[in-house]
Amino acid sequence: MPKFKVRFLVRRVIAGIVTLLVVTVLVFGLSRIQGDPRSLLISEDASLEQWDELGRQLGLDQPAYRQYLLYMARLVRGDLGDSTLQRRPVADILWSRIPNSALLAGAAFAFAILVGVPLGVLSAVKRGSFWDRGVRSFAVLGQAMPVFWVALLLIYIFAVGLEWLPASRNTGWTSVILPAITLGWFGASGQVRILRSSMLDVLDSEYVRLARAKGASGRAVIWKHAFRNALFGPITFAALTLASLVTGSIVVETVFAWPGLGLLAVQAVSNSDYPILQGVILLTTFIFVFASLLVDVLYMAIDPRVRIR
Amino acid sequence: MITPVAGPDLSNTRLTTARNLRRQLRRWPVSSIVILSILVVAAGFAPLIAPHDANLGDLGDRHIPPVLFGGTPDHILGTDGLGRDIFSRIVHGARISVAVAVVTLGVGGAIGTLLGIVSGYAGGWVDEVIMRIVDIKFAVPLILIALALAMILGPSLGLLLGLLVFLIWGHFARQVRAEVLVIVTMDYVAAARSSGASPVRIMYRHVLPGVINIVVVVGTLQVGAVVLAEASLSFLGAGVPSSMPAWGAMVAEGRLYIDTAWWVSLVPGVVIGLLVMAVTLLGDWLRDRLDPRLRQVQL
Repeated sequence: MPKFKVRFLVRRVIAGIVTLLVVTVLVFGLSRIQGDPRSLLISEDASLEQWDELGRQLGLDQPAYRQYLLYMARLVRGDLGDSTLQRRPVADILWSRIPNSALLAGAAFAFAILVGVPLGVLSAVKRGSFWDRGVRSFAVLGQAMPVFWVALLLIYIFAVGLEWLPASRNTGWTSVILPAITLGWFGASGQVRILRSSMLDVLDSEYVRLARAKGASGRAVIWKHAFRNALFGPITFAALTLASLVTGSIVVETVFAWPGLGLLAVQAVSNSDYPILQGVILLTTFIFVFASLLVDVLYMAIDPRVRIR
Repeated sequence: MITPVAGPDLSNTRLTTARNLRRQLRRWPVSSIVILSILVVAAGFAPLIAPHDANLGDLGDRHIPPVLFGGTPDHILGTDGLGRDIFSRIVHGARISVAVAVVTLGVGGAIGTLLGIVSGYAGGWVDEVIMRIVDIKFAVPLILIALALAMILGPSLGLLLGLLVFLIWGHFARQVRAEVLVIVTMDYVAAARSSGASPVRIMYRHVLPGVINIVVVVGTLQVGAVVLAEASLSFLGAGVPSSMPAWGAMVAEGRLYIDTAWWVSLVPGVVIGLLVMAVTLLGDWLRDRLDPRLRQVQL
């Protein structure tokens, strides 16, 4: 691997670590806005001994930076504390929610790509036509309608009206359909918009005109010459969409009572369960940073022009 | 900067008034302007327009459907679970959405523009630090932080405004910086520098005017993001305090009755969607007019 690529990667990894550190400081600071963090970290009926014990664990008699170091020392060992309501380690609870979140994100992502990519290409190739107008309306609507509203509309039509699909919770494979479409529509809309504009750029280029001039079939021009070269932006976008699906599903999970990380966070708020909330914040930040790093590696793999941004 | 060429000037040729009007209509984003004007008027004159009190309902009038679905003309958009008039609540809610959007974009836009100009003009480590902060900003899960703050401090308007400012300043900073990097290579900037102008003066007199276009475009496109974020936070109970009729909160209040009284949730949602769509289309139009280079969709 050439030197500049190594340097680029090292810089990105360091930037990712700094981001994670900033978020730990943020989460640590939030718990101490009101002074004593114990009111947030322990259940209300804890005994006086437990209260004092937690104070010793957190190092509350020591200066703030020492408290932060203690906090970090526990964090790197994977100790996120205990849930104040469920009295179980936060790490275990997060772990148990990951499969549901991953399933929803995966299904929504599949919808976004399977719907977004063909529609984006169609819209660019048939620019200005009836199809183009339809696809663009689909995309503008998907980005303008609040996801919770789309979710309620789908529930009203398919669960209340037609009674085809379950309205909430995870009661089998049909449960994932409505939340995945809700979340996927938003992703597909972005994908359509970005793929359409990058396809239009490429379709206008010299090499596509050359391909047409030398007599390549319409299909070959679109998929082989244009589509492949228009993929740069959309791939980046897709990777970031995947990351935002994991973190951005909070509202959708709430409406559908889908037992993933987002619903966990919202429930933690209503239960005043700070350890769980901070666990979700740290985990989602980690997922986002990791996905951005993957995007950078992908960038390097598919485009030799990428050096240092 | 190259002014976009809009074809030959036909204003002096003899066209019938009707054709002229139609031509004008096609050149302007009419539907966006109409929707936004209605909303701004509704926000400005809410107490005069709203036929009922936004927060007081008659429990005897619970869940009356909209007038087109068997309701009464007294409540054209129906009533919610507490018998409050939905139309009046939407009109009052417009005040919150418009005020929140104006304040956040004003403050967030100013901060982002300032940092973008400094970052692009200064370069070096200043640029590096500011841009890394922007990167970090984009990685922070804002909705979760908002939930945490609302849980610890309780939801308030000030908190919401602060969060939304934090949400949008980065977009301005990134775009403005990119524009400034082009502007500083211009001859007039070099001329100003060689005639002894101070950096502050150059940034204010020579760089700032050049980025106004892009600030307007980014600002318009961000209105939608701000409105949606405010609606989502209000929906989750971390937005404006529940004594105010925010649209997002109205959708949330109605969701438990979706099977019997769909309009309580779906009507305010349509209004949010209309507003966001109007500003998105207006933003696209402005972008094409003011800055053709930005035409690619922004991430």
